[in-house]
Amino acid sequence: MPRFTKTKGTLAATALGLALAGAAFAEPAEDELVIETDDGPVEIATRTTPPAFLADTFDEIYSGWLFRDDTTRDMERDDFDNPAMVFVDRGLDAWNAAMGSNGESCASCHQGPETMAGLRAALPRVDETSGKLMILEDYVNACVTERMGLEKWGTTSEDMKDMLSLISLQSRGMAVNVAIDGPAAHFWEQGREIYYTRYGQLEMSCANCHEDNYGNMIRADHLSQGQVNGFPTYRLKDAGMVTAQQRFVGCVRDTRAETFKAGSDEFKALELYVASRGNGLSVEGVSVRH
Amino acid sequence: MSSHLWHAAVVAMAIATPAICETAPKDVDYAEGAVEASLTGVPGNPEEGVRVMTTNALGNCVACHQIGALPDVEFPGTIAPPLDGAADRWTEAQLRGIVANAKMTFEGTFMPAFYKGEGFVRPGDGFTGKAGTEPLAPILNAQQIEDVVAFLVTLKE
Ligand code: HEC
Ligand code: HEC
Repeated sequence: MPRFTKTKGTLAATALGLALAGAAFAEPAEDELVIETDDGPVEIATRTTPPAFLADTFDEIYSGWLFRDDTTRDMERDDFDNPAMVFVDRGLDAWNAAMGSNGESCASCHQGPETMAGLRAALPRVDETSGKLMILEDYVNACVTERMGLEKWGTTSEDMKDMLSLISLQSRGMAVNVAIDGPAAHFWEQGREIYYTRYGQLEMSCANCHEDNYGNMIRADHLSQGQVNGFPTYRLKDAGMVTAQQRFVGCVRDTRAETFKAGSDEFKALELYVASRGNGLSVEGVSVRH
Repeated sequence: MSSHLWHAAVVAMAIATPAICETAPKDVDYAEGAVEASLTGVPGNPEEGVRVMTTNALGNCVACHQIGALPDVEFPGTIAPPLDGAADRWTEAQLRGIVANAKMTFEGTFMPAFYKGEGFVRPGDGFTGKAGTEPLAPILNAQQIEDVVAFLVTLKE
């Protein structure tokens, strides 16, 4: 009597996917991403060797870009075609606006947004002074409240997502390089724990979909490795920007579970862990997904 | 809640439940994963079983499984073994057990338990993302499980 072990079942299904749908469906696309920008072409590493802690898990790590269809992939090849750039522009307006309670703007302290280059690639990280785990949203809100005297921005508000889009873009093409040791270690452990926990009535973990089954089809969806190097992303389905924190909410909700909140300690730890699974992939700045 | 009120609530629920002789999820008897007795005593309807298996909001089995006998299903998943010939490999009782709670047959499987109400981590209220209260209504009701089994037993090669 056949008793499929998990691995055998997955292998059988992969082989079947290949047979029925062709290699293009079962595997990440054979494609390369070079983005045409105002400042010339930028090369994006969409596949690379996994970080050491995943060496036994993956042969290669892949950006979600490689799992999207031709049309969606093409939209990210040229900033002119990338619908996310509208949000970057809005972020730039906000950057220069004298919105603080004493007329401060982001620019009055930081000069141009290019001074933010490299930040997105290193986040989340533990803040040296406070010892807190910081996602980009936390840094933005620290300025908004403490240095500009404004009300905190909502974690997933339009203002926040515009600013995240602008700041992330400054690290485009840089390798994700999130620290997982030292003060980050215990947050990273917490994130890993969440990643492998089977939540909700469907009893599914992130790993069930994005580690055990990437490359397979779950109905019409081609499962990727669930990397966050592309975030924030313009999601065609939502016609708007989606942050990593929002994506986590969606994926956990889909398991018929009570989700954690965007910006919660749990999801911040999860973002650190998931980001570190993509160490070595390029920040895409603002990507396009469907 | 006072014990008096609590009794009243139980009686009200019992009246609201349509089939009185249904086996509740927590009372299902698994023998090496197999469930011998029908969950309702009412024979399953294979056509209804197909509807349950191919409807997103119900079983959505085709999210993961391909089924040669159902060629009209668009974009079946490639995650799980195809179900063709399932009835050659498994008895009716084994199929009932797999559909009700596949974890009793395949340890740690990715396949969700369709007839299980409690023992979850952060159980939700459907797909709302909000907290649910255990026992949750199982994903499929007892007759839907029987309907699915009635279709699966036809899958011979
Ligand atoms: C039931 C399956 C399932 C589970 C469980 C699941 N996801 Fe996903 N996830 C998907 C699908 C489907 C998509 C869209 C296609 C894709 O990119 O894989 C997706 C997309 C993503 C993306 C976007 C990738 C990109 O490049 O656009 C991220 C990030 C992600 N998931 C992270 C997670 C994390 C973290 C968890 C656990 C907290 C999780 N997912 C749990 C199914 C799942
Ligand atoms: C999220 C994925 C998923 C869904 C949804 C799912 N299954 Fe499965 N199923 C599996 C996997 C994976 C296996 C293989 C068992 C293993 O090795 O873990 C399996 C195995 C089976 C088997 C035994 C396979 C054989 O032919 O020998 C049957 C029968 C079955 N499933 C029926 C169903 C039915 C009926 C439904 C819907 C009511 C369903 N499944 C929904 C993932 C799924």
